Amino acid sequence: MTPKPLTLAEKVWNDHLVVKGEGDAPDLLYIDLHLVHEVTSPQAFDGLRLAGRPVRRPDLTIATEDHNTPTLDIDKPIADATSRTQIEALRHNAKEFGIRIHSLGDIEQGIVHVVGPQLGLTMPGITVVCGDSHTSTHGAFGALAMGIGTSEVEHVLATQTLPLKAFKTMAINVEGTLRPGVTAKDIILAVIAKIGTGGGQGYVLEYRGSAIRSLSMEARMTICNMSIEAGARAGMVAPDEITYEYLKGRPHAPEGADWDAAVAYWNTLPSDENAKFDAEVYLDANTLDPFVTWGTNPGQGVSLLDNVPNPADIADPNERAAAERALEYMDLAAGTPMKSIRVDTVFLGSCTNSRIEDLRAAAAIIEGKQKAEGVRFMVVPGSARVRLQAEAEGLDQIFKDFGAEWRFAGCSMCLGMNPDQLAPGERAASTSNRNFEGRQGKGSRTHLVSPLVAAATAIRGTLSAPADLEGN
Amino acid sequence: MEKFEIFEGVGVPLRRSNVDTDQIIPAVYLKRITKTGFEDALFASWRNDPEFVLNQPAYAHGEVLFAGPDFGTGSSREHAVWALRDFGFKAVFSPKFADIFRGNSGKQGLVSGEISEQDLESIWALLEADPGAKATVDLVAKTVRVADLMVPFEIDEYTRWRLLEGLDDIGLTLRDEQSITDFEAKRESWRPKTLPAKGAK
Repeated sequence: MTPKPLTLAEKVWNDHLVVKGEGDAPDLLYIDLHLVHEVTSPQAFDGLRLAGRPVRRPDLTIATEDHNTPTLDIDKPIADATSRTQIEALRHNAKEFGIRIHSLGDIEQGIVHVVGPQLGLTMPGITVVCGDSHTSTHGAFGALAMGIGTSEVEHVLATQTLPLKAFKTMAINVEGTLRPGVTAKDIILAVIAKIGTGGGQGYVLEYRGSAIRSLSMEARMTICNMSIEAGARAGMVAPDEITYEYLKGRPHAPEGADWDAAVAYWNTLPSDENAKFDAEVYLDANTLDPFVTWGTNPGQGVSLLDNVPNPADIADPNERAAAERALEYMDLAAGTPMKSIRVDTVFLGSCTNSRIEDLRAAAAIIEGKQKAEGVRFMVVPGSARVRLQAEAEGLDQIFKDFGAEWRFAGCSMCLGMNPDQLAPGERAASTSNRNFEGRQGKGSRTHLVSPLVAAATAIRGTLSAPADLEGN
Repeated sequence: MEKFEIFEGVGVPLRRSNVDTDQIIPAVYLKRITKTGFEDALFASWRNDPEFVLNQPAYAHGEVLFAGPDFGTGSSREHAVWALRDFGFKAVFSPKFADIFRGNSGKQGLVSGEISEQDLESIWALLEADPGAKATVDLVAKTVRVADLMVPFEIDEYTRWRLLEGLDDIGLTLRDEQSITDFEAKRESWRPKTLPAKGAK
């Protein structure tokens, strides 16, 4: 009898099973890599101290400072007292429990989901957790990567395992070739608009199809990053030559015989041909336009060529009420062309779109162009290394000549925990991942966009695609 | 963790769907390093509005929340559960919860039960007709009652058992410590290690 065909997610799950749960009890899974940052960890370390428990595997744990680090004047003490307290608590806890930390000013500092892949710690077939919902980013490598809460952070610190309930699997099939000006960000915004912010709930998503296969690792990370915005527990892409090429030679990537053994194993990971997914979704890459959000959740998105939808056209009463409320908050009228929406700020950054390819793509659009008058353009690289790389390529100069603010690495305006916030009523085109009410500052209004749309919008002052610049 | 069996408290109708964790507790409150004292942060933005349900005296000591579908979406912040707990909530009911929120709530002794949209509408109507009315949550029978209306709710059996027993997660797992050690002995050498630290070459 041939063994049951399995999906990528099921294979990684099975290979990390420490204890199989009986009856309704969850399975106990081993965690290969635990990423830690200053916001969701202090109470976890506090819990360990209270119970007198050590960190079981400091050698599988790494911490960075990102969520509320300043992106200017990083050599000065952090002005905000509570931000400073949190960061000092992380430094203290890392020292006390023997955990590697990359602090503000360190060359490896940056957004935790940029740093892990950059160091070569994120690799196919591993389990990754972090007290941050965008941990799904690491699924781009074919890892099972999940965001967890602080209690779970404490659990992983103490036991290097996590009790987890089996997930369902959903295949997101994206076939075809993206047109110029359309990116991974547009794919994922379209997927979320299609299945909704709760559509992935209970599922691990696997992004498949020719359009996904042709994407770079950084583009795949952008897609997996936003899996959580569809409510999914994780998102994954099967590893392939593009994955291996990206990983090989990175500081913590396997070497020599370990590399060969790893690749032999990784090659067994893609979902078996006849593997059955619990749900399947299809998206045509050939006809996809740049996608932008009009509302206050990431599922409220449309083609940039469309108009703001009319809530009256929405059949579901809850969705309709949410749309009405969103339009009021966003101060938008139904039927307004998306391209006529004027923004105050453009934010290029976040764990979704702050990697070197994102910066290169935006810089290529703005080079030699004029920034729209009155528009603020903030560029926040995902890590200190991304910043250095961009500077080595002269991208910083392109941004500065254009009139953009060239900042230090961190989460920044994506969630506005540091001083990088919008003023009440201000509107942003943002390459980040959440357009919730008040996400980027109290009363802030956010349109989620790709780096290309962000750059074109900074030039025209209204939501725009690179194609709109022709003739400018 | 305290054992949870039957609880009676003021029911609060929150007529909103898609209540994400940024609404439950805005990011600005995540800077604290303690595990308690988040009651002031709960729904902080909405509480500026005098009309908001928790600002009405009848609901000021709300303990059982009834919210629209897709409650707790978005950020994984467990502070959302702490804020609900610190305010005094012992249970939240919604037709649908985000996975991470539901997981987090079970770990802190907060019951998150799924009820049908129809039952939710009926309970909202009852609570609005009689502000301050009590809701009785029976975790043994998996029911919640407001006035004469008793409706069933869903909660996964494992979480229910742990809540009924008041069991802590880490202690449960450490009963399997030998299995963890055995698993580690077989872990392949290519798998990642953060120590010793290596920089870029």
